[in-house]
Amino acid sequence: MALAPAITDIEQLKDRPALARLLAWHTPAIESVKYDREELTIVVQASSLREACALLRDDSSCQFNLLADLTCVDWYPAEPRFEVIYNLFSIPRKERVRLKVKLDSSSPVVESVTSVWPGANYFEREVFDLFGVRFSGHPYLRRILMPEDWNGNPLRKDYPVEGYR
Amino acid sequence: MAHMAPTPVTDPGQDKTMILNMGPQHPSTHGVLRVLLEIDGENIIRVMPDIGYLHTGIEKTCEAKFYQQVVPLTDRIDYLCPMTNNLTYVLAVEKLLGLEIPPKAQWMRVMLNELTRINSHLVWLGTHAMDIGAMTVLLYCFREREDVLRLFEMVSGQRMMTSYFRIGGLALEPPLGFFDRVREFADRFPSRVDEYENLLTGNPIWQMRTKGIATITADDAIALSATGPTLRASGVDLDLRRDAPYSSYDKFKFNVPLGKNGDVYDRYLCRVRELRESIGMVKQALDGMPEGPIKADAPKVVLPDREKMKTQMEALIYHFKIITEGFTVPAGEVYQGVESPRGEMGYYVVSDGTAKPYRVHMRSACFANLQTLPKLCEGRLLADVIAAIGSIDIVLGEIDR
Repeated sequence: MALAPAITDIEQLKDRPALARLLAWHTPAIESVKYDREELTIVVQASSLREACALLRDDSSCQFNLLADLTCVDWYPAEPRFEVIYNLFSIPRKERVRLKVKLDSSSPVVESVTSVWPGANYFEREVFDLFGVRFSGHPYLRRILMPEDWNGNPLRKDYPVEGYR
Repeated sequence: MAHMAPTPVTDPGQDKTMILNMGPQHPSTHGVLRVLLEIDGENIIRVMPDIGYLHTGIEKTCEAKFYQQVVPLTDRIDYLCPMTNNLTYVLAVEKLLGLEIPPKAQWMRVMLNELTRINSHLVWLGTHAMDIGAMTVLLYCFREREDVLRLFEMVSGQRMMTSYFRIGGLALEPPLGFFDRVREFADRFPSRVDEYENLLTGNPIWQMRTKGIATITADDAIALSATGPTLRASGVDLDLRRDAPYSSYDKFKFNVPLGKNGDVYDRYLCRVRELRESIGMVKQALDGMPEGPIKADAPKVVLPDREKMKTQMEALIYHFKIITEGFTVPAGEVYQGVESPRGEMGYYVVSDGTAKPYRVHMRSACFANLQTLPKLCEGRLLADVIAAIGSIDIVLGEIDR
């Protein structure tokens, strides 16, 4: 099975419910789209992320009611450095979609989605702990896996694998 | 991990309430989970789980290994269902590579995954029952678990950290007589499940301790990202084996047991019924096991057979190259979710086109399920916390990674 090339043209993908709904809502909020290996990724502006999530959860044509996963990738030294990734799943429609937000290293802040899915709480704390990305509006943004007095964010690419000695 | 916080996490306020610390070294917390309980007499006001005691930075370690070298690390996340973690990871990498896996390998993976589910549920059932006070069940459960571990030892040489799956297939052909042993076990097992149920399902003490205890509604469970039996006991019909099939699960017939009330008893019933469904799928896999190779036809990714490696120059070269410099994976990103015994186990793998993964994120089912604990316990009695923790079936290795 050879890999099909990734589709990045919005025109070809606009029939997908998640993308169609976001385009109808606020076209400039979408930065880019990618359909690769049968997975749809939508890169959303950081400022409209929370509203986009609420929309996708509540809209009857989307119903992405389960936040399956929330994580982050560090593209150091490139800018924008951080990508925060939201993997959504629709229980009624059995479909996945991935939202992405790109953040500069100067101010890695994005609005928390805990008001949309309370279950984002631990995931966002984990990203805050291991990457140092902050989530504004989070009810309890503290380290979750590392000790409270730890220095640095271990999953950043400029953090050595063996740790600081 | 808030245990080093200089100030108390909760403010007791007036003299009425007190903070009780449970764990991290407490047998009923299933590992090193610490729970801070704010209580008013016997009543729970607030519950604050505190995790991180087993954090080993596995995700960071993965970034420094070749793709194949990550497989043994995935065993160590969740030591009760190693095969499920292996499977999720290899499926994600195979999706990145665009590899086609031969049917026999896929069916073997399904069969071993269902045995893993049985193994994991047996440990859960035994320890959960013991927490609540039914001591005997543990001994019965570990008797059958031993059988499953022997089967694992037969195929992989290891009882717990199996690492039997490879990117592109399986490590080895299953040994002679393996399928007979599995069938023997599969024939015996349903009557053993009856034994567990005789001890618990109708037992009035068990029912008093579990019925109507630690309930959660379907909406709350979804909002808190709960998956697996924790979600299904509240009546939400979600099972990735059926709803997002992988590794030929779509060729198997099985029911998804659902609960109604979302209490400890329903979560118990869901898992016990899953034991029966799983053994049914093991039998289907035995009956329909396809013939053929167990490795994909991709010499640059899959290690050659030992025999060929020692007799053919080309195979030797491939072997040398895969071992010394790994294999490159086309750039891209993939999220693969699998129905583990505890819920949705997901691997998000990012490749930058080199021989090592750029990022491996493990979406742990227990990590998300643990968030339901405050919802389950608040407003209830102290003794119910033990039942609630047992009923969401957590493994701290997977939570802390």
